[in-house]
Amino acid sequence: MMETRNAAVAAKTAGGVNTRSSDAVLEAVLYGLAVLMLVVLMYPLYFIVIASFSNPSSVAGGKVWLWPSGFTLDGYKELLKHANIWIGYRNTILYTAAGTAIGLAVNLSAAYALSRRDLPGRKLLSLYFIFTMFFSGGLIPIFLTVRDFHMYNTFLVMVLPFSVSAYNIIVARTFFQTSIPGDLWEAAQIDGCGNLRYFAQVVLPLSKAIVAVLGLWIAVGYWNSYFNALIYLKNPDLYPLQLILRNILITNQMQSGMGSGEAAQIALRLASLMRYSVIIVSTVPIMLLYPFVQKYFNQGVMIGAVKE
Amino acid sequence: MASGQAGTTGRTVRQIRRGAGLYVLLLPAFILTLLFAYKPMYGVVIAFKDYSPALGIMDSPWAGFKYFEKFFQSYQFDNTIRNTLVISLYSMATFPIPIALALMVNQMRANRFRRFFQTVTYMPHFISTVVMVGLMLILFSPSTGLLGNLYALFGAEPPDLMGSPGLFTSVYVWSDVWQHAGWDSIIYIAALSAVDPSLYEAATVDGASRWQKIRFIDIPMLLPTAVTLLILRVGGLLGVGFEKVYLMQNDLNLTSSEILSTYVYKIGLLSSQYSFSSAINLFNTVINFALLIIVNQIAKKTSSNSLW
Repeated sequence: MMETRNAAVAAKTAGGVNTRSSDAVLEAVLYGLAVLMLVVLMYPLYFIVIASFSNPSSVAGGKVWLWPSGFTLDGYKELLKHANIWIGYRNTILYTAAGTAIGLAVNLSAAYALSRRDLPGRKLLSLYFIFTMFFSGGLIPIFLTVRDFHMYNTFLVMVLPFSVSAYNIIVARTFFQTSIPGDLWEAAQIDGCGNLRYFAQVVLPLSKAIVAVLGLWIAVGYWNSYFNALIYLKNPDLYPLQLILRNILITNQMQSGMGSGEAAQIALRLASLMRYSVIIVSTVPIMLLYPFVQKYFNQGVMIGAVKE
Repeated sequence: MASGQAGTTGRTVRQIRRGAGLYVLLLPAFILTLLFAYKPMYGVVIAFKDYSPALGIMDSPWAGFKYFEKFFQSYQFDNTIRNTLVISLYSMATFPIPIALALMVNQMRANRFRRFFQTVTYMPHFISTVVMVGLMLILFSPSTGLLGNLYALFGAEPPDLMGSPGLFTSVYVWSDVWQHAGWDSIIYIAALSAVDPSLYEAATVDGASRWQKIRFIDIPMLLPTAVTLLILRVGGLLGVGFEKVYLMQNDLNLTSSEILSTYVYKIGLLSSQYSFSSAINLFNTVINFALLIIVNQIAKKTSSNSLW
């Protein structure tokens, strides 16, 4: 230790320029790499945006690079005609709103209770939730359970059965433990405040950061999920947006009646154009949530999230 | 905790009353977990039974290890296990990328640029799996996609990224890195922000270069978090996510894209062989659980970092 320190001091006095130039190299490499990464990350997304406003044949012909070519709104207009997209949209908004409300209520209240050191049986109860992270009944037993409860093909199956998340509980518990001072409860108790009222009126208002962050996670999860819908829903009127997107983007089941000849050609081109606009229309709303929550990420909510 | 010196009976009564409100808070999560996580765990017995829907789980006749043997002897056994392992080991190899990203972000002095860089690297995380795979299909199309056009510019023949078994794993893993590396780096950035500034000051006094500070301060600081996350990852070695693989699957790449979870889904829900599917699933879960315990034990011995 002493030796390296002496060597470093020697190096500094001998050639201070040396260290500084190595820092400059590091700096150059750092920003060079960062800019390269920005391009790789942003360009595909930018391309989707300009392609959604471009004539489909220009896109296919490789004429769209930096600006839309043959500006058109036909993709978006075509989108308006697809009733099932709007049904999916409505369903997704309902699932996301209800699912997020339930998820927040269930996970935050459990997390708060587990964060209290005076909760009898705390260790065992924590283990009860954590165990589900590592062991599960598996697809078929869960499916049979849901069916036994008559939840198959219902609104409820999309928002209730899988709302508890051990991971979210751990994250929120850590937050409550580190940021809500225990004295506060002592004081509230003297004033005759019960646990429930204390949680609702004191703890929650002090915990906006965790409410925002968990709310974002849960909402993004509901907005983007398709697996549960694929398995548990049969009725197309209940389909969320992602399931309909899957038909449009991946399995290529277009609803528009395909005729023959020229009409079919036009339909086909519109369909390919619509893929770009549907990506934008389905992704932008959930991305807009992020800026509102961003400031809370800096409050160190994540620290200790995984440990313990 | 600092609950004065009241009589024993008074204290017990108060503890129960105190606990009551907390138990009410815990109750919803407790019940949901019981019904939708623990009840299905009991349902895994159908892996050892000849399950018939008419008889139910209890009354279906026992089948012993018949379905496990059937799986071990089937030609899909080697294939699905190999594919699952290859995909998860390959993704495991990308584990250091978010760490490198966090180190980069931590070095950025220009605050504006830093914030912009972080926002852009997080953004792809908000894209749903369905849209992500849809994007890949569109952009990687050899005939009409961005990639095809790029190759055409140079007069070269583009590879069929989505339809080639040899490329499937790489496409899967690197698209995941593209989408989630920024988001996954958040936790490391949070850990770095907790580093005591006096360490850097001391290092500066000793004449350390910026690279040396990264090497001897930042990286050791990240190790505990990295080890914890790595253990969790190994525990899920055979649990490669269903969603993206299933969406990316097509007849052309099936030889390298059929993994345990997609196979479980097809056998179970698409062809209704409930017991067989559950047996495969249980086999998967047990191996994951065993791996988790083994790795946790190793980590405990070698680095004093462990989950429990």
